[in-house]
Amino acid sequence: MVERASSDGIVEPVIRLTEAKKVYRSGSIEFEALRGVDLEIGEGEYVAVMGPSGSGKSTLMNILGCLDTLSSGSYRLAGADVDDFDEVELARIRNQRIGFVFQQFNLLPSLEAWRNVELPLLYARVPAADRRRRAEEALDRVGLGDRYGNRPGELSGGQQQRVAVARALVGEPTLILADEPTGNLDSVSTEDVLGLFDELHGLGRTIVLITHEQEVADRARRTVRVRDGLLHGEEVRA
Amino acid sequence: MNWRETLDTSWSAVRSHALRSVLTVLGILIGIAAVILTVGLGLGTQKDVSSQISSLGSDLLIVSPGSSTDSSGLRGGFGTGSSLTASDAEALSSSVNAPDIAAVAAEKSSSLSLEAGDGNWTTTVTGTTPSWLDVRSREMLSGEFIDEEDQDTAASVVVLGTETATELFGTTNVVGRTVTIDGRGLEVIGVLASAGSDSSSNLDDLAVVPLSTSSSQLVGASSASSVSTIYLKAAGDGQLSAAYQEATSVLLNLHGISAAADADFTIASQDALVDTATSIYRTLTVLLTGIAALSLLVGGIGVMNIMLVSVSERTREIGLRKALGAPPWAIRRQFLVEAAILGLSGGLLGAVLGIASAFALPGVIGSSIEVSPAAVVLSIVVAVGIGLLFGVYPATRAARLAPIDALRSE
Ligand SMILES: Nc1ncnc2c1ncn2[C@@H]1O[C@H](COP(=O)(O)OP(=O)(O)O)[C@@H](O)[C@H]1O
Ligand SMILES: [Mg+2]
Repeated sequence: MVERASSDGIVEPVIRLTEAKKVYRSGSIEFEALRGVDLEIGEGEYVAVMGPSGSGKSTLMNILGCLDTLSSGSYRLAGADVDDFDEVELARIRNQRIGFVFQQFNLLPSLEAWRNVELPLLYARVPAADRRRRAEEALDRVGLGDRYGNRPGELSGGQQQRVAVARALVGEPTLILADEPTGNLDSVSTEDVLGLFDELHGLGRTIVLITHEQEVADRARRTVRVRDGLLHGEEVRA
Repeated sequence: MNWRETLDTSWSAVRSHALRSVLTVLGILIGIAAVILTVGLGLGTQKDVSSQISSLGSDLLIVSPGSSTDSSGLRGGFGTGSSLTASDAEALSSSVNAPDIAAVAAEKSSSLSLEAGDGNWTTTVTGTTPSWLDVRSREMLSGEFIDEEDQDTAASVVVLGTETATELFGTTNVVGRTVTIDGRGLEVIGVLASAGSDSSSNLDDLAVVPLSTSSSQLVGASSASSVSTIYLKAAGDGQLSAAYQEATSVLLNLHGISAAADADFTIASQDALVDTATSIYRTLTVLLTGIAALSLLVGGIGVMNIMLVSVSERTREIGLRKALGAPPWAIRRQFLVEAAILGLSGGLLGAVLGIASAFALPGVIGSSIEVSPAAVVLSIVVAVGIGLLFGVYPATRAARLAPIDALRSE
């Protein structure tokens, strides 16, 4: 993806959140999960989002991933205002530009590993033969070259999460969003998955990784801290 | 996601809930089979009945003694006495009184024993006039039918049906042979061509003699001039009702009856018989088909129910697919195709079951079932339609789910 330039000639960041607020309503009860967040993430950055449980991290990721919309404020993704897109266009953006990795893996239990990995390509209308080849390549990259035909139930947690990473990278999106991807993994699998993120970062992908573990956050160059729906300082390592 | 891929996805969803899918399909299957069978049964019976009735001959009115108490036009019971006589028949053949009646044949029948050589056979002996052949639309296999001279002279002649001839002589080549009825020898002058059987009798097992012969010789003198049925042939297709009215007024007049309601005879037309029988069977068919259609509706609601369960059970899957880039229409299509697969399987299997039963059942229930290809095709289309129709709501609900809400659901 080519970064678009804004009118003044300065290259726009991949992500630009301005005064972002998100209010959840359940019945008459309103809860402000994001209370005015300003955040810019440039192309190729590896950013960790840290914060205690309930601070609004997942809410933030859902917004960044175009899975949910802001109550107020603006979100520009690669120079375009997400508010301008309809449901079909948002689906296409998620399909082409974003790869998701969830804490719960979110694999479809009835499909073999490669069938799970090919899903984004299916909705991108890639021909069947290409889909299979690319799905298998993606599985090779995450070290599951011998597990194409296994269903999620036949794989360990770490392997399942690697299938999910393969699914996130198979469509070659520029932005990878991971919401506590290591939350359900043992330390060995955690290391595997974080190694994959390092690799992707090395290839120039933009990565936003949500975690509440300091060791995980330490893998990223930049760490953003969230508390009670507000950004609460950030640090950049040399 | 193209159609083939949608089909793949939907099919594997159907398969992964095998028992549930089978039960849903069963609901549709039974409905479709029931529709095919009831329509087939209605058509088959209708056809049986009208072919039986049309074997009577065309343009025919049947006058029988006794009044008809039912309004359907079907013949009432054979009356108490013989209110019809040979002179009634004569009056009806007058071209002045009844110009729209082309031919009249009075009939008088009794069951008698026929002897030939050492053969012996009991059958219906019908005394009638030469016009009978024309009025009943019969043809000769060999020889001649009785003529005016036979009638005038009460000649000792007889015409046999093919079965009667075969029973008595072992052959239908019997012109010139002699049959003895009630001790009187009659010469066989002809054999009627085969006409099968109608609803009440075997048309090939009978012996026909001149009316005069039967009146004077074969049946007791007390009822000498009475006849059991008078057949009238209308002058043309459009003249049946005119003939009907003329016959009614002539007979009322002759019998000295002023009100048509008091008539001591009944006139029925073949059309009336066909119409009545047809309308009875049509009503039955409509009723049964309605019941079958209801069971289809229940099957359709079953599909909707299953699809709704399927959607809510797979909310998370829907959310994930949306997160990975599935547009709403792809989701809708996936669930619609799933519903259509259920409908189509039910339709096809139901058609197979319906057609198989249509072949197997007639032997058991004794009435024919006519499988109508149109009904089969239509009911399969309807089954798919039901799947689609009742799938629309669940599919739309799935397509409308917000990705994040769907993903978050447990
Ligand atoms: N759909 C929702 N409806 C109402 N409240 C919600 C909803 N989703 C999240 N919340 C609330 O918003 C706050 C932030 O949630 P979340 O972003 O999931 O936090 P984190 O991921 O940092 O643990 C929490 O207090 C949570 O209870
Ligand atoms: Mg969270």
